[in-house]
Amino acid sequence: MTASDAPLLVAESLSRTFGALHALSRVSFRVDARERRAIIGPNGAGKTTLFNVITGHLAPSGGRILLDGAPIEGLAPHAVARRGLSRSFQRNNLFPSLAVRENLRLAAAAGRPGTWDLLGRVGRRREALDRAAQVAETVGLDARLDEPAGRLSYGEQRQLEVGVALATSPRLLLLDEPTAGMSPEETQRMTRMLEALPREVTLLIIEHDMDVVGSLADRVTVLHYGEVLTEGSFAEVKADPRVYEVYLGHA
Amino acid sequence: MTGLRLLASALVVVAVALFPLAAGNYPVKLLQEILIWGIFAMSLDLLMGYAGMVSFGHSAFFGIGGYVAALALARSPGLVSALLLPAVAAGLVALAIGFFSIRVSGVYFIMLTLAFSQMFHAYTFQVSWLGAEDGLVGIPRPAVPGVDLNSLRGFHGYLLVLVVLAALALWRIVSSPFGHVLRGIHENEARMIALGYAVDRYKLLAFVIAGVVAGVAGSLYTQFNGSITPDAFFWKTSGEALLMVIIGGTGTLGGAMLGAAAFILLQSLVSTYTERWMLILGATFILLVLFAPGGIVGALRGRIGLRA
Repeated sequence: MTASDAPLLVAESLSRTFGALHALSRVSFRVDARERRAIIGPNGAGKTTLFNVITGHLAPSGGRILLDGAPIEGLAPHAVARRGLSRSFQRNNLFPSLAVRENLRLAAAAGRPGTWDLLGRVGRRREALDRAAQVAETVGLDARLDEPAGRLSYGEQRQLEVGVALATSPRLLLLDEPTAGMSPEETQRMTRMLEALPREVTLLIIEHDMDVVGSLADRVTVLHYGEVLTEGSFAEVKADPRVYEVYLGHA
Repeated sequence: MTGLRLLASALVVVAVALFPLAAGNYPVKLLQEILIWGIFAMSLDLLMGYAGMVSFGHSAFFGIGGYVAALALARSPGLVSALLLPAVAAGLVALAIGFFSIRVSGVYFIMLTLAFSQMFHAYTFQVSWLGAEDGLVGIPRPAVPGVDLNSLRGFHGYLLVLVVLAALALWRIVSSPFGHVLRGIHENEARMIALGYAVDRYKLLAFVIAGVVAGVAGSLYTQFNGSITPDAFFWKTSGEALLMVIIGGTGTLGGAMLGAAAFILLQSLVSTYTERWMLILGATFILLVLFAPGGIVGALRGRIGLRA
């Protein structure tokens, strides 16, 4: 096995219970570096819980998570983020009164020593500002840099949501339904934008829109009642009668 | 717009500097009191308006600064006793209180900071080595070469220099990368954590900086009065600073200063006419919050179209 196809993220027998509810039961999978993986499953399958456990927002009840071979389960969310893992949220989670530029700049500056600079000027720190401008272009908001995030249209806010997650320059990007609530045109634009991301950014994406999954994902993992039902290419998963029954049948 | 604001600030500084030439004893003393409370209110605004941490125990640092200055000045009346020691002591106490308080937020943060400050009040109220409820009196002002701080004008100049330094330092801090992190935390703490910010450390540093500046204000209060009493630690001290910040407009350092001026002027003006000045003050405050929720600065911005 060469270094390039070593798994970037490994989940080993991950569990999470809420009282008597088994939100995740012994979930195992691995995502290779440079891979684009979709997580699908009906509502309540445990997809967002899985994200919350991976990012440290929830402690797992059992199991292990390895990022680049190092365990990250039980780390605080900011510590997980510092290891090169970033996420976007299902519901917009922005800095509404701050400009688009500042939303992206705060993300780009995260984890850099410059954030402790008490007397310096924000404008003198070019790296974070340049990164913000670059990401704004990537997510198609370069014309809206000075607009407060709260004044963007819903679709633009979804773009910014992904942009903020992307601006930290993560190795692994977790996207929680990036096209949720978007019009078909907006969804297409978002899909093209994600397809154009460099392969250095490994993607783990929760998505309900099967067109998005089909055009984006190298592999698909299907969750059902907190367990991995099956895993494979989109075509394989689509042809699986069990998947059809629990998920596609309802779609 | 920054140029306009800079010009306005410079004009205010010049006016304050020249005020003793034109006014009598009492108005000058009133202005000096405004300057001291202005520093205190600005330090609270760093927490409230920028980091979004509403503290109801900011009097702890005001009192520590005041008492440390009193003890130190009584032994050695110099600038180390007047400024350095009170600032360091208040910073250390802020580090300790902050360490416990920033773990919680909202109402719990308010209650915890209030409890800490009231502990200091209870202690100073009882122990004889700090003068119990009478406090420490007969405190000399520091000896500074070339300036007589015992004269009204000498002390005025000294105060003005310190207010300008405090305002400049705080202004640099709120516009620095660190200050922008505080605004991000204010706006959406959860997202800042998700981005990789160890928000508790930033909040703790903000708390300590605010404590240091509040300690300097407390020390100046001791020097102004020549005494300090447990009242400095009382929740009323925190409450008045909160009112000043809110009246002036949170998240604007100039607003904190204006709020301090409005509060103290109103207090002294109304109290010369009626015993029930608290009632008038309360009613004014209610009207302000109802009709000018952005405070004085917010109302000004609305009127002349100034933007943040």
